[in-house]
Amino acid sequence: MKVLVAVKRVVDYNVKVRVKPDNSGIDLANVKMSMNPFCEIAVEEAVRLKEKGVVSEIVVVSIGPKACQEQIRTALALGADRGIHVETDSEIQSLQAAKLLKAVADKEQPNLIILGKQAIDSDNNQTGQMLAALAGMSLGTFASEVVIDGDTVNVTREVDGGMMTISLTFPAVVTTDLRLNEPRYASLPNIMKAKKKPLESISPADLGVDITPRLTIVKVEAPASRQAGIKVADVAELVNKLKNEAKVI
Amino acid sequence: MSILIIAEHDNSSLKQATLSVIAAAKLIGGSIDVLVAGENVSAVAEAAAKADGVDKVMVVDNAVYGHFLGENLSQLIVGLAEGYTHILAAAGSTGKDTMPRVAALLDVAQISDIIRVEAPDTFVRPIYAGNAIATIKSSDSVKVITVRPTGFDPVAAEGGSASVEQLDVVTDAGLSAFVSEQKAKSDRPDLSSAGIVVSGGRGMQNGENFKMLEQVADLMGAAVGASRAAVDAGFVPNNMQVGQTGKIVAPQLYIAVGVSGAIQHLAGMSDSKVIVAINKDEEAPIFQVADYGLVADLFEAIPKLEEELKKA
Repeated sequence: MKVLVAVKRVVDYNVKVRVKPDNSGIDLANVKMSMNPFCEIAVEEAVRLKEKGVVSEIVVVSIGPKACQEQIRTALALGADRGIHVETDSEIQSLQAAKLLKAVADKEQPNLIILGKQAIDSDNNQTGQMLAALAGMSLGTFASEVVIDGDTVNVTREVDGGMMTISLTFPAVVTTDLRLNEPRYASLPNIMKAKKKPLESISPADLGVDITPRLTIVKVEAPASRQAGIKVADVAELVNKLKNEAKVI
Repeated sequence: MSILIIAEHDNSSLKQATLSVIAAAKLIGGSIDVLVAGENVSAVAEAAAKADGVDKVMVVDNAVYGHFLGENLSQLIVGLAEGYTHILAAAGSTGKDTMPRVAALLDVAQISDIIRVEAPDTFVRPIYAGNAIATIKSSDSVKVITVRPTGFDPVAAEGGSASVEQLDVVTDAGLSAFVSEQKAKSDRPDLSSAGIVVSGGRGMQNGENFKMLEQVADLMGAAVGASRAAVDAGFVPNNMQVGQTGKIVAPQLYIAVGVSGAIQHLAGMSDSKVIVAINKDEEAPIFQVADYGLVADLFEAIPKLEEELKKA
């Protein structure tokens, strides 16, 4: 079985982001970039399936500028076999990302595609769903467990009321939630080995996809900041304040 | 303008989130139709017809929609989409699963988690876990949108008198099938719409200790939530998680107990009206957003809080 994993390069989750003074976006100059945490979980899941002998090949794909190859190399060091870089300096929105991934899937014909459920920069939570719809594939979003059983895959999903397990036919798309697994760290020997693994670079034009954005960012602002309030001395004072000052209990 | 809203429900009752989506639709302006798709949903349809501002309710009652499987729902919605300028759903797990598929099938972008309507084509949404607020303009002919319910005060649940139309449509993609579900049962109010929320973090140390919070919550009619750290540690189930990737809440009162206040947690609760933090670490970031902070060991403070509340 062949698995395609999509990974996104984003601002590292530990970075406190700042809005640009002209409100045109987020200041990304000299900011640490990393693989989106949900994508790390996607890579880890694919590697575990390979270790179980269910999966024979893992292809990792990333869309974006040249620097995305760092994240592809990270995935290769974690255990992916081969990389595809869809290189573009243009802004890629979810629909266009889904179209590019569909074009890659058309070429690669994977049985399973694993993506993070959302990227921590745009927080959209869309690409996996759009890809499944465009490709006519089955989909399990927000996965906390993935069990391959013959010609179906059972996905346990984190939903509002608890957990829901659904059974999917192949080819399938799965998007990962936080508790699917705990990603490993790449070892130094594997990082060295990853440098020799194949990485192909292609352009959106090669894939025949129009990447014109449909949404315009009018402005980006800092959120209204919340002021720290007061410290109370004890529980009695707290309850008194909540009753008589804030009037919320 | 003509707006289609996908009702969020559990086959027996209409979720309050839908009333917030109707509120967002009223700000866009135009006619408002609500689609209720599910199995044995007559009570939901009745509730939707009574909601303020709704013109028409369309009901699709069939077992293939009973578990809200996204493939079947998205094909149904796409089949009904013609003539609508906007298609809206709450940003709950069903809306997030289904609406991007609807958008892709219509070849339009989707706008996630809006918190304000600026114009019929311009919306405001948080990005970077709420550390930035983006205003987005769409050039697509149909706007497919998920609405963050805490951004919009719900419309009145009563007073409307929409027409109800039964539709006989079945879209069964046959790609996925429901196997089982584990619903976390609780007699407490729903976390997403509760007026008061008491949340525990890693400081709770184990799941057993959450009982202390439950007792306090019950005295106030509150829901109980948790930080990602507490859920990851296995103290409590995932549906209690408040944060960037969990539930977004904005109650009148949010009491964070033993919660450090990681960015992704603040993203889920910082719009609460009044925030209380109880933590023994006075440097914990949660105190920077708290209206009332109590630096104390929660294992002493929570029993005292229970005592004080019982006095009232």
